[in-house]
Amino acid sequence: METTTAKTGTRFGDRAFQWLTLLMALSVFVLIVLIGYELAQGSQLALQKFGWHFLVSSNWDPVNEQYGALPFIFGTLVSSVIALFIAVPVSIATAVYLTELAPLWLRQPLIMFIELLAAVPSVILGLWGFYVMVPWLHSHLFPALRLTLGFLPLFQGPDYGPCMLAAGIILAIMIIPIITSVSREILRSVPGLQREAAYALGATRWEVTRIAVLSYAKKGLFGAVILGLGRALGETMAVTMVIGNRPEIAKSLFAPGYTLASVIANEFTEATTDTYLSALFEIGLVLLGVTVLVNALAQLLLKTFAGPGVKPQQ
Amino acid sequence: MNPTMTPGEEKTIPQTRRESKDESREPTPNAPRPTLDPLAQRSEAETARPSTASAVSALTVRHLSVFFGENHVLKDVSLDIAARAVTAIIGPSGCGKSTFLRALNRMHELVPEARMTGEIRLFGDDIYAPGIEPVVVRRRVGMVFQKSNPFPTMSITDNVTVGLRLNGLRDRKLLAERTEQSLRMAALWDEVKDRLNAPAISLSGGQQQRLCIARALAVQPEVLLMDEPASALDPLATSKIEDLILELKKDYTIVIVTHNMQQAARMSDFTAFLYLGELVEFDVTKKIFASPAKKQTEDYVTGRFG
Repeated sequence: METTTAKTGTRFGDRAFQWLTLLMALSVFVLIVLIGYELAQGSQLALQKFGWHFLVSSNWDPVNEQYGALPFIFGTLVSSVIALFIAVPVSIATAVYLTELAPLWLRQPLIMFIELLAAVPSVILGLWGFYVMVPWLHSHLFPALRLTLGFLPLFQGPDYGPCMLAAGIILAIMIIPIITSVSREILRSVPGLQREAAYALGATRWEVTRIAVLSYAKKGLFGAVILGLGRALGETMAVTMVIGNRPEIAKSLFAPGYTLASVIANEFTEATTDTYLSALFEIGLVLLGVTVLVNALAQLLLKTFAGPGVKPQQ
Repeated sequence: MNPTMTPGEEKTIPQTRRESKDESREPTPNAPRPTLDPLAQRSEAETARPSTASAVSALTVRHLSVFFGENHVLKDVSLDIAARAVTAIIGPSGCGKSTFLRALNRMHELVPEARMTGEIRLFGDDIYAPGIEPVVVRRRVGMVFQKSNPFPTMSITDNVTVGLRLNGLRDRKLLAERTEQSLRMAALWDEVKDRLNAPAISLSGGQQQRLCIARALAVQPEVLLMDEPASALDPLATSKIEDLILELKKDYTIVIVTHNMQQAARMSDFTAFLYLGELVEFDVTKKIFASPAKKQTEDYVTGRFG
């Protein structure tokens, strides 16, 4: 008898626990739907007025009530891509060093520093970016780039300091910690037996890393990169402070740009007309859409190109 | 180093043969050397290979001690491992079997704070001599592990040829030849010849283990170390692996660690019994199991402890 009651008691507890966790999980889903709904509601006016034109127009003119999101979409994507270009090699190399090569005593302090970098508030990074990094880029890195890669349109034209490249670099600094720590976890999860298999074949450390570790982990590493990209797309404060905030699409990375997130942060306080505010809401909707789209695309890429049985680079 | 040693080149071994033979006659104070007549012990199954081969020592281990930090794991082990024969290492868990095996191709060095004293010679070459890279040793002394560990992102072929490709072999025809040869030796060819480009993880557990053996054989090592290669397999797959080992010893020197007494008795020519890091007894397998010299050995092989 007693055992039965005890059992039903447990069963009730189990069920309650199950429902509770389900509720929590659902709340996340509901929250996302609500945010999307609210954004769509808020942008009704702009949606009606500009339609699809909003996405392809480069004209952002609050005075004449003309709004187009293209320069912001461009700025968001380009600055994030620059960030990935810089951050991915650095992060993955750091993760490989931390898991495969670094002496044990050095690992923990290094990990701590990387986590500390993640903890630096965005606005502080932005201040540092504006007052320290941008002047340095302007006086050192940009001239050097002009000299070596100046034949590319990317590195031509005037530079004033704040620009797309500066934003990409700041973003890179901001996403290095997340990509590094996720990659480190991924690499740590590679079974020791995989490494031993390669070592037993007479592989050097680099060869072991290449054939046993990186190829085993490539799917997970791709996931880590996507996480970083997600961060970069939505990052606001630091980017706003160094990108120059000019809504134009320029070939040169030395030219100022603007991102979806920055324009919202910069202009929502001055959005005095309903259409203006609605346009900013639609910018938010577009940002959400871009983020979702990029993530979906990444998932697709992962399924198509990194399925089981894919040959590693030889 | 020439990564593609042909069987012809392998025949240069007899030059070192005499040396190592002489050396093996040296009395070693600590370990009981098997006082065996190599020709006599082969009387039952000698047809499989030239009887002269059994006189050669592939590996001579002298006063081997291994430490992991403060832990003294192997204590002054000395023994000779005969070429083209199967030597089994038995003993209860934690006796240092695996450590001994790993010291033979310097795999134990992957453990931080590992160090060793003593000497191990591979056909006369001191594998711990200064300037000798572990990488070079491991290419001569291959290894198969307890759990099969094919590279999951690679195809069957790529798994077999990965060692050769690491050595810089690019010739497609040669790679294909070696793939077939290695897979045949590992008794896997007939099962996979129609799907060589399938991912390695599509194979069954036993097949994966044989694939790992093929991978180790492809680089044509002189010695093959096996760390309980069948312990994670079902009886059928186990017997396939055992048949394979008996087949392989015609060409290879095999050192196998096993927990399975029957397996050791069935397959090996020589058996070493380790206990608490010390070599208790080393002799012809038949003798170890029928009339061991030490009481401890007898207790272990009859299942009274361990």
